[in-house]
Amino acid sequence: MKPVHIAGVLGVGMAAAFAFSAPAVAKDTVSLGIVAFLSGPAAGPYGVPGRNGAEMLIDAINKGTLPAPYNTKGFAGATVEAEYIDESGGNTKQVSEYRNLVQKREVDAVVGYVSSGSCAAIAPVAEELQTLTVMAVCGTPRIFEEAPREYVFRTMSHATADNVAAAHYVKEMMPDVTSYTGINQNYAWGQDSWRDFSLTMTDIMPAAKVSDKPQFPKIFAGQYGSEISALSLEGAELVHSSLWGGDLEAFILQATPRGFFHQKKVVLTVGGVSAYRLGKRLPDGVAIGSRGPYGILVRDRDTPLNKWFVETYNDTYGGYPSGAAYQYAQAILATKIAYDKAGEAAGSFPSQQQVIDSFKGLEFDSFAAPVKMALGGGHQAVTEHMYGLVKWDADAGVLSVTDVKVYPAECVMPPADKTSVEWIESGMPGAKC
Amino acid sequence: MDLVLTILVEGLGYASYLFIVSLGLTIIFGVLKILNVAHGAFFAWGAYSCAFLIGEFSVMGVSDIGTMIAIPIAALVVGVVLGSAIERTIIRNLYGRDEVIIVLATFGLFLVLEDVILLVFGVDPYFAFQPTLAIPGVQIGGIYQDGYKLTMIALSLVVGLISWLVLNRTHWGKVVSAIIFDSELAVAMGVNVKRVFYVVFLAGAILGALGGAYIAPTISVSPGFGVEVIVLSFAVVVIGGMGSIAGAAIGALMVGMLRAYAVLQWPEIELFVVYAVMAAVLIFRPEGLFAPAKARKI
Repeated sequence: MKPVHIAGVLGVGMAAAFAFSAPAVAKDTVSLGIVAFLSGPAAGPYGVPGRNGAEMLIDAINKGTLPAPYNTKGFAGATVEAEYIDESGGNTKQVSEYRNLVQKREVDAVVGYVSSGSCAAIAPVAEELQTLTVMAVCGTPRIFEEAPREYVFRTMSHATADNVAAAHYVKEMMPDVTSYTGINQNYAWGQDSWRDFSLTMTDIMPAAKVSDKPQFPKIFAGQYGSEISALSLEGAELVHSSLWGGDLEAFILQATPRGFFHQKKVVLTVGGVSAYRLGKRLPDGVAIGSRGPYGILVRDRDTPLNKWFVETYNDTYGGYPSGAAYQYAQAILATKIAYDKAGEAAGSFPSQQQVIDSFKGLEFDSFAAPVKMALGGGHQAVTEHMYGLVKWDADAGVLSVTDVKVYPAECVMPPADKTSVEWIESGMPGAKC
Repeated sequence: MDLVLTILVEGLGYASYLFIVSLGLTIIFGVLKILNVAHGAFFAWGAYSCAFLIGEFSVMGVSDIGTMIAIPIAALVVGVVLGSAIERTIIRNLYGRDEVIIVLATFGLFLVLEDVILLVFGVDPYFAFQPTLAIPGVQIGGIYQDGYKLTMIALSLVVGLISWLVLNRTHWGKVVSAIIFDSELAVAMGVNVKRVFYVVFLAGAILGALGGAYIAPTISVSPGFGVEVIVLSFAVVVIGGMGSIAGAAIGALMVGMLRAYAVLQWPEIELFVVYAVMAAVLIFRPEGLFAPAKARKI
């Protein structure tokens, strides 16, 4: 072999060895694509508060003004730049937007998504494009139950927790209930919610009779007169609902003048999201959840991080943060922690793989409660869950919740080796309530 | 008996607001031959304007019942201002054009107007529930029905009656009927067709806005809710026959009653029952149940 060839081979070999062993190139900025409903019916209840929560947190992270221990600047020292994308327009559009964010704009990670449909469509694309994707709100359990994921994370519990916790709350607070029915939207979210709730009720309150005519109105139907009449005529004592946003608000506005909330006990799994918007129009005594320890249910929790979040949000946007604001901020916070932890371990700015490795199984204290990335191979978070009864405080002029019950994650989320349906159908073995 | 009464009341309640919106759509098509997809925007703008005004009146100390004055104000202002602007700038250029172009143009207009709503009113919902508190409910069929819904049924009857009287008992109605029958002949007889088109378009726009304004107190007025209404209104006018007032009434009644029956007795079919009926009508009577007779030109 000629000397020149030896030198060439050595050069290539050294370059290759360096490429494989070297830490990622130091970066001044981390770019995030943040996806939320910025138009359409979901913008008010979810998209805009979610965007606000993310925006506020990114601003604090860049300034290093988050309370300790998160008061280091940026993601592993890099300034965060965010680009906000509208989630409206359907799954096909979202896949195009995602590809555009990753392939053309070359963002480092994508954070967000409210709709379960969006998440289900994006998850395989994220795997294909090998890009860190942190899902903030969407509820379907199928994301990590139907396929293993490497690049996708979700930083809040999935929908099973909402409905299992709702059933536990009914058993605890309304033990005399003898029959129940439901009104849920006619798509995956509503159908899965009713399935999980009714299966859990069968487990833990077997004497209560389930309706054979639960209502499944179309999403964004807006008119619920017939459904309210059907529920009233049926005679079931308890009504379960996972209606959300404008649909939930319309249902409440139409049911209230008809005395519906005086005749029925009602549990609204997502009622907390609309609580501040409805104010005193949300009837006293209705049981509400907020998809976990978020929004009105944790407004008064006295942790430094929660106090900072509530006060800063109020100062910035003029109002209390709803569940979506917490959930988007939690996704950003989790991503920061993963970057910081990976950077610290690497001793320099981390590669995406290092961030992913540190994200898996991460445990951290979020604004109001601890989060564990415990399911889906360390990609799916679990948190405690909460329900409470609505009470309008006329003196203070604010909506509050009373009789709040907290359910540990191990009580309302399935174990790692079972899907949600398998777990509930088998009598929720191993649940620690 | 309770069930039958409930289906009747719920069916009439649902049919009443669909009728008001569909009436506007069908008279615009009947006279102008414009399939106005942007009609849903009149509905949405009427609802937003009404909710906004009710909120303002309430802050000013107007009684709950008094805030209902916002409904006709919103319908008239939106119908006249928005209707005029659209007719003069866009619709006027579509007369006699191919149906595909008309549908595409009005669909584009609908999307633009929906986005303008976001700019003007923002993404947060508007609540305008005060009128629903002002009207006492009644016990019908063993359950409590809200009084506001019953007034909606009465309003739709009044609107339907006025429309029938105007079309069948006034000079204006005869002119409109002449144009529906044969617009070229009407021009030959000295009718100012463009002026009639303008007035009819305004009337249709006012009806669309009135539907939205009247429904506003019972819903969370939020972005995007005009889409659902326009789809249902199309189903109503297709069932009843494009351009027919009686058809709009019958179509709305069929949709309202079938939906109420499905929800109360067979919830699983509620989602598609309306469209199943529409498909059946299209198969056996493609022009709709009450399509007006067309002049045959030789």
